[in-house]
Amino acid sequence: MADVSSSTNTTPTTTVRPGRFKEFWRYFRENRGAVIGFYVFIFFLIVAIFAPLIAPFEPSAQNRGATLVPPAWQDGGTWTYPLGTDPLGRDMLSRLIHGARYSFLVGTIVVILAATGGILTGLVAGFAPKWLDTIIMRVMDIILSIPSLLLALVLVAILGPSLLNAMIAIAIVLQPHYVRLTRAAVMTELSKDYVISARVAGAKLPRLMFITVLPNCLAPIIVQAALSFSNAILDVAALGFLGMGAQPPTPEWGTMLAESREFILRAWWVVTFPGLAILSTVLAINLMGDGLRDALDPKLKRS
Amino acid sequence: MLRYLLGRLLTFVPTFIGVTIISFAFIRVLPGDPIIVMAGERGMSDERYAEMEQQFGFDRPLIVQYWDFLTGVLQGDLGQSYVTKRPVWDEFFSLFPATLELAFCAITIAILLGIPAGVIAAVNRGKFFDRALMSSALVGYSMPIFWWALLLIIIFSGNLGWTPVSGRIDLLYFFPDVTGFMLIDSLLSGQDGAFTSAVRHLILPSIVLATIPLAVIARQTRSAMLEVLGEDYIRTARAKGLTPPRVNGVHALRNAMIPVITVIGLSVGMLLAGAILTETIFSWPGIGKWMVDSIYRRDYPVVQGGLLLVALLVMVVNLIVDLLYGLINPKIRKR
Repeated sequence: MADVSSSTNTTPTTTVRPGRFKEFWRYFRENRGAVIGFYVFIFFLIVAIFAPLIAPFEPSAQNRGATLVPPAWQDGGTWTYPLGTDPLGRDMLSRLIHGARYSFLVGTIVVILAATGGILTGLVAGFAPKWLDTIIMRVMDIILSIPSLLLALVLVAILGPSLLNAMIAIAIVLQPHYVRLTRAAVMTELSKDYVISARVAGAKLPRLMFITVLPNCLAPIIVQAALSFSNAILDVAALGFLGMGAQPPTPEWGTMLAESREFILRAWWVVTFPGLAILSTVLAINLMGDGLRDALDPKLKRS
Repeated sequence: MLRYLLGRLLTFVPTFIGVTIISFAFIRVLPGDPIIVMAGERGMSDERYAEMEQQFGFDRPLIVQYWDFLTGVLQGDLGQSYVTKRPVWDEFFSLFPATLELAFCAITIAILLGIPAGVIAAVNRGKFFDRALMSSALVGYSMPIFWWALLLIIIFSGNLGWTPVSGRIDLLYFFPDVTGFMLIDSLLSGQDGAFTSAVRHLILPSIVLATIPLAVIARQTRSAMLEVLGEDYIRTARAKGLTPPRVNGVHALRNAMIPVITVIGLSVGMLLAGAILTETIFSWPGIGKWMVDSIYRRDYPVVQGGLLLVALLVMVVNLIVDLLYGLINPKIRKR
């Protein structure tokens, strides 16, 4: 949410029309789901930022005397480990809290990488002569024709399994969506009068691209950013689950699931909680994304 | 129409060549020398290394290697697996029916539940049903399916003991592959209980794989229905005194189906990506598991050929969807 409001604020249009953010917030607030999603998101964000202060234990601290302790409310559980411990005697709660950091890191970095690359390429495609545009879009078609998770898997196999490489792979896979969106938005804007007048007034290409046209293309891109934030979290968790993302003992949620797979029939809590954490984060962001879309898309606003 | 068709077919060619370049390039930039990998821990002599380099053609210029690869692909020769020594092409087609069976069941579940859910939600817009259905759809859309699979295994296989955890059929049953589809083969075999066993193995993986397409189809159907329900001809149909089921089910749904069909067609890529996780978790011997295993084993020809065939599959389906779309909606092909 924070990055969305700031990007809306920095656009020149907002400085000209100060009421725009307020209007957006009015529409956003009407959507109850979006507001709930927003609060859950903020909650996870705070947990992620203050993880070392909140978590009762170090995420990798092992207590050999207390392996696979069930959650506190079950027989045999203690309040020392509210959500139980994993097979190595590590506190589930502390690991989940630290895992929030990785998810947010992943979401933020992937979105920044994918959006920057995608928007720049999309702008170029939109402004470029037809042959260059065709080449760029064909390349994007090629990337899109390979199922995202498969492409990411192969890319990580090339780069070597690690969290950073998983993020790079996911960013590459998500980028074509930004390119397509930006290009489509640029194409619609280019034929409008204000662009033509800016061009007649002698605006150079960079100014035309970044100052005249780009701010007016941002609405769909912001919605896409929210969607790809949740996609990034899901995909990186999936890569971690397949052993191609963050490596143990990193308390990344997907990796935690992979480590606990063999215990699923003996200790339900080691499997249930990391997945629940992924689901609630992703759900919160998707709820916000829906709210953003409704608030930013004037066509849906009226309906 | 012919022009649209030709134009669309023409864009297929560069994309196809691009995909061959990508899948070719991947192996060449992968770290680790494939020949050393094949040699395993024993290592090999320099002479043997040179011999194998020549055998696989790694000593020739890249462009020549690519040309050989491309001509091979066009003749259906994708090389041999390092591990099983079988042609990649044969392996793909012996495993493909398993994935197709799973994906077909998944998309059937997704369509049979998703379209009615979307219609009911749209008709009851803003009311309880709409909210409940769309909330569930959003949960499904946000679901990490690898976790969802584990959860279903805990509940239905672990606690209730209703379904098996992995594979396509109980080891008790053995019959020859006729079609490669377990449901059909088990029926043909005529063995007692074989079909039930196949169905029980198929249920959980299909549900897992159906989850995200189901959510997407339900959401798309709802928004398409809402758009159509606002049209004048729907008001006319209502004014004529047609019953609500007829107006909603026949007049509205028919036109709302166009974007939904597109989404169903485009979900093939989604299904294949989901199959990677689903098949790995349920040890389902299909394309997804095959690809993941080959990546782990660094079986490069399989990764290369598999990537190419999967991409080709997605491209062909997208092409068909586009052509159908042009057929249904004349506005598109005029553009």
